[in-house]
Amino acid sequence: MFRRAFLLLTAAVPGTVGAQSADQVRSVQNIFTPVGAPAELLNQTAILVLLICLGIFLVVGGLLLYAVVRYRRRTTDDDTTEPPQVYGSTAIELAWTVPPILIVVVLALATARTVGEIQNPKFTGDPLQVRIVGHRFWWEVHYPKYNIVTANEIHVPVSYLSAPRPVEMTLASADVVHGFWVPELNGKEWLVPDRENKWWIQPTSLGIYLGNCTVLCGYQHANMLIRVVVESPEDFDAWATRQQRPPNPDPGTEAGQKDFGANSCGSCHTIDGTTYSGIFGPNLTHFMSRQTLGSGVAPNDDANLKSWLRDPQELKPGCLMPDMKLGPKQVDEIMAYLKTLN
Amino acid sequence: MANGTAITESGTELVPARPGEERGTPTGWIQDLVYTVDHKKLGMLYVGTGLFFFVLAGIMALLIRAQLAFPNGHVTSPQEFNSLITMHGTVMIFWVAMPIVFGMINYLVPLMIGARDMAFPRLNAFSFWLTFFSGFFLFFSFVAGPGLYGASGAPDAGWFAIAPLTSQAFSKGPSIDYWSLSVLISGIGSVTGGINIMVTIICYRTKGMTLHRMPLFVWLALVTMFLVVVYLPPLSAAQIMLTLERHLGAKFFDPQAGGSAILWQHFFWIFGHPEVYILVLPAFATISEIVPVFSRKPIFGYPMMVAATVLIGFISAGVWAHHMFTVGLNSFGVTFFAMATLAIAVPTGLKMFNWLATMYGGKIRLELPMIFCIAFLFQFLIAGLTGVMLGVAPFDWQLNDSYFVIAHFHYVIVGGILYGIFGFLYYWYPKAFGRMLNKRLGLWHFWLFTIGFHLTFDPQHFAGILGMPRRIYTYQPGRGWELWNLISTIGALFQAAGAICLVLNLLWSARKGKIAGDDPWDAWTLEWSTTSPPPEYNFETPPEVRSRRPLWDLKHPEDPDWKFE
Repeated sequence: MFRRAFLLLTAAVPGTVGAQSADQVRSVQNIFTPVGAPAELLNQTAILVLLICLGIFLVVGGLLLYAVVRYRRRTTDDDTTEPPQVYGSTAIELAWTVPPILIVVVLALATARTVGEIQNPKFTGDPLQVRIVGHRFWWEVHYPKYNIVTANEIHVPVSYLSAPRPVEMTLASADVVHGFWVPELNGKEWLVPDRENKWWIQPTSLGIYLGNCTVLCGYQHANMLIRVVVESPEDFDAWATRQQRPPNPDPGTEAGQKDFGANSCGSCHTIDGTTYSGIFGPNLTHFMSRQTLGSGVAPNDDANLKSWLRDPQELKPGCLMPDMKLGPKQVDEIMAYLKTLN
Repeated sequence: MANGTAITESGTELVPARPGEERGTPTGWIQDLVYTVDHKKLGMLYVGTGLFFFVLAGIMALLIRAQLAFPNGHVTSPQEFNSLITMHGTVMIFWVAMPIVFGMINYLVPLMIGARDMAFPRLNAFSFWLTFFSGFFLFFSFVAGPGLYGASGAPDAGWFAIAPLTSQAFSKGPSIDYWSLSVLISGIGSVTGGINIMVTIICYRTKGMTLHRMPLFVWLALVTMFLVVVYLPPLSAAQIMLTLERHLGAKFFDPQAGGSAILWQHFFWIFGHPEVYILVLPAFATISEIVPVFSRKPIFGYPMMVAATVLIGFISAGVWAHHMFTVGLNSFGVTFFAMATLAIAVPTGLKMFNWLATMYGGKIRLELPMIFCIAFLFQFLIAGLTGVMLGVAPFDWQLNDSYFVIAHFHYVIVGGILYGIFGFLYYWYPKAFGRMLNKRLGLWHFWLFTIGFHLTFDPQHFAGILGMPRRIYTYQPGRGWELWNLISTIGALFQAAGAICLVLNLLWSARKGKIAGDDPWDAWTLEWSTTSPPPEYNFETPPEVRSRRPLWDLKHPEDPDWKFE
């Protein structure tokens, strides 16, 4: 009861759990501290199941302990006689299948209800549509209505009780099976190459939520990290507006822009407003607006960016971006160019 | 071998001419093992093979734990890590658990039903050698796999090898082929073995042993082998499809050519889930023999135990998609498979209660086999309850693919099945070798392994709850997983120490153990009526039984079981 009241409270008033701000990274995720409707529904079912299982554990574990302690043979026992031979009792056995059956019925009904609520949601408010395409080993993120393509970091507005803003996600895959999981926002759903799975989140407090790919997809499965950035509606709109603007590169970085093309970076990466339109790697149009490199493998700072350009296999061994054998001058030039993409 | 000589000296007419001697060829112990069609020797070969691969796959587990002990580990490369987890899982299931299960059943079933051997002794040897060589075939991938650019050595797509990661596009080189073909070959061995055992049980029971007088072990073996014969072939079919796809241009699992990426999972799990019961039923069978003998009471509710087993066998056919709650099934599918999964808890719970009722009112002798069985009951209770949690689909959406699942199925396979196997070893080793396993070393094994087991797998539940996904070769600090992983790795070392105690005990006691005698545990089933080790022909005259506990009747002529059945 306390937990449910607590959850309702946190759902109603954003920012009550600790001091929330949009740049606070919630790196320790916990399925029992859900944020927003779908995760809370899962959590309610989970708590019910946990309590039932705890009860069964105490009863059956207690019976086992009692049987071992009470009926163990003692040194004082008479070894020559056997205990009374009891062969069973159909009546008793039928009787003790009844509680398990009842428990199973309760759990089955709770399951059916929650499955329906999660899989066929009735959204209040206009859901934000996000399309997520899993790649080895990064996430491509589309906002169809905003005409935005980005990667690895999913920006969504916070959902207030007065202004609910669910996020409806379409999950697809470009190669193998991946899994999308941010524990505090919802359970996981897989990204399967021949399917378009629907999933949703409705985060009610600000922060950056970390998650992982959950299905083995190759050597860098471990570093296919997710960041969901939950911001105020104003911040989200500002972010979206910035993402829609083509970048405005500094003329002083022209050398880097040329290097970018000369080393065929553009065959895999897209930068709007240029001829670079590859789709194999992440879209770099607003590269500097992202907090991390390589789908979360390292913070997006100068040292890491330099290392990444020199040889991506060093930070993320096994990732699909090859070592382009760039010289130090090219690295500096390309870096200067990339740093203008914000 | 020793029993062979003993038979010759006894000079009875039943002594078979040993093929080597007859033809004047040398009969060293190697030839003896290679030529043998004796179900007991094959059973021991099966168990020995399983233990050998257990050591190899255990070393892989230690490497995995070493890599994950601290964040940003550098013990293995990502590629090696993926190979290690794939090989660890595949080997533990197909070349450790399966051979040991087949070995247990092979050794015991003919003895328990009063038969001289299996129905098809040579087929039995064929099954074993397929299993044996397919294991080495898989390990050969370490040598033969690499070479191509970007190709790994050992298979690295995970033990259930989800398509399309296994296609040529994503898994270059022959490693997946080694995986697929070795599993296919071992599957053929399992199916032939399963048919053999079913025929033996149905047709070769001794006089008076009706179906309802068979020891529970034999009943559970029968259901297990039914599951083997029905559910291994879908896996074999899937492996053939995978090979066709990789080399002959078939497109079963390739979405770009109209195939289905989740078709593989349906094939794999319609085998994969019954496989859990194929492995756990023999452990149940062991428990159902050991608990009564050491509680000094007959099994409580024999007919219901049989019915529950058969029911588990049937329901297990309809639950496979609970491994796929997160692929995007519709609500009806999810709910159906969740309900079927939960339903299995009912017959399983009944078994649990009946074991407890068997202990209740008894005089429990806390010998080594019984200690392992009690640990089994405790750990399997937890494994069953985490299984219920995973069966509830909404909870599974959170827990699936996480370390919670890792913890759950290691609770089933290690805490449950492996403890059943340990119980089996301590209980029947005296029958097979004529000598007892050392009790002191056995207690060291028990405590080291049990402490290690709980240190390793209990924390993994919490890592999963904190969002740690399975199969990651590394993790960054600050995700709340460091402590759990470190404890887990320390626990693995304890388990390794326990396993070493077991291996030493098995080797040492074969020569130096206390002489066991025919019936060291004062037990009631037929295998204890013959010598330890039993002669090649098992029984001098086929025994006749009048109840489920023939040796009880013999020892208690004033109060025989058959009066009450």
